[in-house]
Amino acid sequence: MIPMGSELIYLAGEEIHEGKPLPPYSDIVCRFLDDFSAEILHDEDCKAYPDIVAVGFWARRGNIKRLKSCLGQEALRIGRGLAFHITPSNIPVQFIFSYMFGLLAGNANIVRVASKDYPQIKLLCTVLDRVLAREEYQVIRSMTAIVRYPRESIWTKEFSAQCQVRLIWGGDETIRNIRECPLPPRAVELTFADRYSVALLNAGAVADAEEQSVQRLAQDFYNDTFLMDQNACSSPQLILWQGDEKKLEGGKERFWLAVKKMAEGRYDFPPIKATSKYSLFCSNAVRFEQTGNLVSEDNLLYRVPLKNISDDLTELRGSFGLFYEYEVKDLKELGTIMNGKMQTVTYYGIDPKALASMVLENGWLGIDRLVPIGKALDLDVIWDGYDIVEEMTRIVDVR
Amino acid sequence: MLDSHAPYLKYEPYSMKAKEKSQFMVKCLKELTTHHINNCSEYTRILQALGYNDEGIEELADFPFIPVQLFKEFELLSVPRESVVKTMKSSGTTGQTRSQVFLDRATAMAQSKCLANIMASYIGKKRLPMIILDTELAKKDPRMFSARGAGIIGFSMFGRDVFFALDEDMQLREAELKDYLAKHQRERIILFGYTYMIWQYVVKSLRSSGKSLEIPEGVLFHIGGWKKLQAERVSTKVYNEAVRSVCGNLHIHNYYGMAEQLGSVFVECEEGHMHCSVFSDILIRNPRDFSSCKIDEEGLVELLSILPSSYPGHILLTEDWGKILGEDDCPCGRKGKYFELLGRISKAEIRGCSDTYGQ
Repeated sequence: MIPMGSELIYLAGEEIHEGKPLPPYSDIVCRFLDDFSAEILHDEDCKAYPDIVAVGFWARRGNIKRLKSCLGQEALRIGRGLAFHITPSNIPVQFIFSYMFGLLAGNANIVRVASKDYPQIKLLCTVLDRVLAREEYQVIRSMTAIVRYPRESIWTKEFSAQCQVRLIWGGDETIRNIRECPLPPRAVELTFADRYSVALLNAGAVADAEEQSVQRLAQDFYNDTFLMDQNACSSPQLILWQGDEKKLEGGKERFWLAVKKMAEGRYDFPPIKATSKYSLFCSNAVRFEQTGNLVSEDNLLYRVPLKNISDDLTELRGSFGLFYEYEVKDLKELGTIMNGKMQTVTYYGIDPKALASMVLENGWLGIDRLVPIGKALDLDVIWDGYDIVEEMTRIVDVR
Repeated sequence: MLDSHAPYLKYEPYSMKAKEKSQFMVKCLKELTTHHINNCSEYTRILQALGYNDEGIEELADFPFIPVQLFKEFELLSVPRESVVKTMKSSGTTGQTRSQVFLDRATAMAQSKCLANIMASYIGKKRLPMIILDTELAKKDPRMFSARGAGIIGFSMFGRDVFFALDEDMQLREAELKDYLAKHQRERIILFGYTYMIWQYVVKSLRSSGKSLEIPEGVLFHIGGWKKLQAERVSTKVYNEAVRSVCGNLHIHNYYGMAEQLGSVFVECEEGHMHCSVFSDILIRNPRDFSSCKIDEEGLVELLSILPSSYPGHILLTEDWGKILGEDDCPCGRKGKYFELLGRISKAEIRGCSDTYGQ
C-alpha cells in the first residue's frame, strides 16, 4: 500500500494495510465508541469544548444502541472495505463523526482533515489515539487513519484509487475537484453538496408562548445560526412565518427581540463580521430584486423582508446574523423554493408531519430533514437524505 | 467628476475650515449620490434596500456608504460603457478577486488634476527631477496595468527627467543612479515608490551592500499597504529612519488612497498625520452599529471623495481601522480633518465556508 510520505501526517491511527470489513454495529466497534465517549467525557481539556462534549454524548452506548435498532434487520450486511473521507473545515468536529459512521458501518477509514488548525482536531485525535492504543482495540487501530496532507499532493488520488467508498463533505466546488480523481469501478460515493436551509415558525405560537419558552426558543435559534456564523448548510438563511394575521407582527417582534438579547453579549462580533455582513447584504440587494428594506437597530441583527419567493432563493444566503424573512399564507407556496438544494427545515409551532407529507404529495426535490429549532446542527447517521451507515455497507443477499 | 464640480479642482487643498467644508461636502455628495442613483442600477438597488431618502441628509455621517468589496463582485458603472476610457484593476494578491474601477474622461482627468493640486501644495508647481523607486516594467507591461502601474504613470507627470531606480529584476541600478544624482546635484529631487517595494528593494539591498545614497534635497512620497511591514515589525518611525540612513535626509510623506478613489489622496504631513484635502473626507464608523465616531475613537475607516462620477465610489466603507486625531488644528497648519491609520481589520476570526478543501 501507500508508504508514509513526508507530506502525509497521521494525526491518529496508523497506515492502513488491509481493509478487512466488519459487520455494521459490531460489538467491538460499539464497545470501542463507548470507551472513546467515556475518555472524552472524563478529559478535562475536552470539557472546554461543547462540540467535543457533543461527540462524547453521541458515541455513548445508549445512543449507538438506538441507532443499531434502526438498521434494517432483513438483510445480511457487512462493511464495504476501505472508506475514504474528505471532511470540511467549517465544522471542527465533523471529521470524527464521519469516522465514527465509517466504523459503525464496519469499514476501515482514511479520514482527511482540513489543514485549518482547530484545537478540537488535535484534542480529539489525542484522545482517540489513547483509546486505540489499548490492546483490545488493535483491530480498530488497524482500521483507523486520521490524516492531513496538502491539497496539491497525490494523496487524494491515491486514496481514491484504493477505496470502496468515498465521502466528500462539503462544497460543490470541492466535489467537482475531487471527482477528477477516479474511483475503482465498484466503489460508491456519498457527496454532501452545498445546501440551503430555512426555519418555519408559527407567529401565533410565539406570541402566545410563555416567556420562558420564548427564551428557550431564542437560545435554540441562536445555536442554530449565530453559533456557526450561519455558515453551516443546515443553518437557516430564510425565516418563514405562518399564522394568524393578527398575531404575525407581535410574534415576529417578540421572537427577534429575544434573539437579539440572546446574541448581545454572547456573540463574538469582531469588525470583520460587521463589514462582511454589510457587504453581503448589499450584494444580495443587487442580485435579488425581491429583497426589501433592511430592518436593523445595529449591526448585530439584520432582518430583510422578501417581497416574493422564487426558485433562485436557495442562492440567497445570510451570514453573521443576516436573515431574510417571508410570510407564508399557504404552505403550498413553498413549492417554488423546494428544489434539490433545500436541506433542513427547522420548525416551531408547526406540525412537521403535515409538511413532510407535502414533500411526498407534491414530489418536492428538496427537504431532507424536518427538525425542531435548536437541532439544525445535530449531525447524525441520517443526513442529506442518506442513512450514511447503511450506504457504507454491502448487502449479502441470501435466499 | 460632475461637470458642475470641475471648478472646485482649483481650490487650495487645505484651506477649508470645518463648517464650510462640511457644507461643501454635503452639497457635492448629495449631487453625486443623485447622479449615481440615476445612472447605476446596482447602486440604486442598494440605496433602496437601505431606505435612502435624500431629505434626511444633513451631515456627512447621514450618507449611505457602500462596502469597497463590492467593486470586486460587480462591474459598477454610472456612465455608458462606451465612455469608459480606462479600467483600473486593484493589484490584489494572487488568487484574490481584483476590484474593477471604470473611469470616463471626466473622472480620469479630475483624478490627475486633483493629485497634481495636492502634490503642488507640498512640492510646488514647478516640475522637479524625479526618481521612481520601482521598475519601468510596472508601467510598460500591460498585464501590470494595475493600480501600481497607473500610480507610477500618474505620479511621474509631476516630475521631469524621470528615472527608474530598479531594473527588470528589481535590482537597484546603482551606477546609473549615481550618474543621475551627479547630474542633478544641488537640485531638489522628488522620489516616489510603493511602501513595501522601497523597503524590500531599496532599503534592504543598500543596507546589505553597506552603501548609501546622498540625496540631500529629496522629498519622498510613498503609498501602499503596511501589512508585510507590520509582520516584520517595522513601524513608521523605524521605516523613516531606515530610509534616511540609506538615502540621506529626505522629507518623507506616506500617503493613502484607495484604488477606488484615486486622485483625492490623503498625505501625511511633517507631523506624521494623514490629512484630508477639500476634495475628500473621512469618517470613522463604530463596527457595532456604524455610528460615526468622535475624535480619537477607533473604528472602521469610511472614505469620501467628490471625484468619482463614472462609478459609485464617492462614499466607501473600507476594511481599514483608524481614528480621527483632530480637525483644522494640526500644528502643520493645514485645515481639515487629520487622522491615523491603525492597519487592516483581522480576517482571522472568520470561519471559512464549507468549500475549504484547500485550507
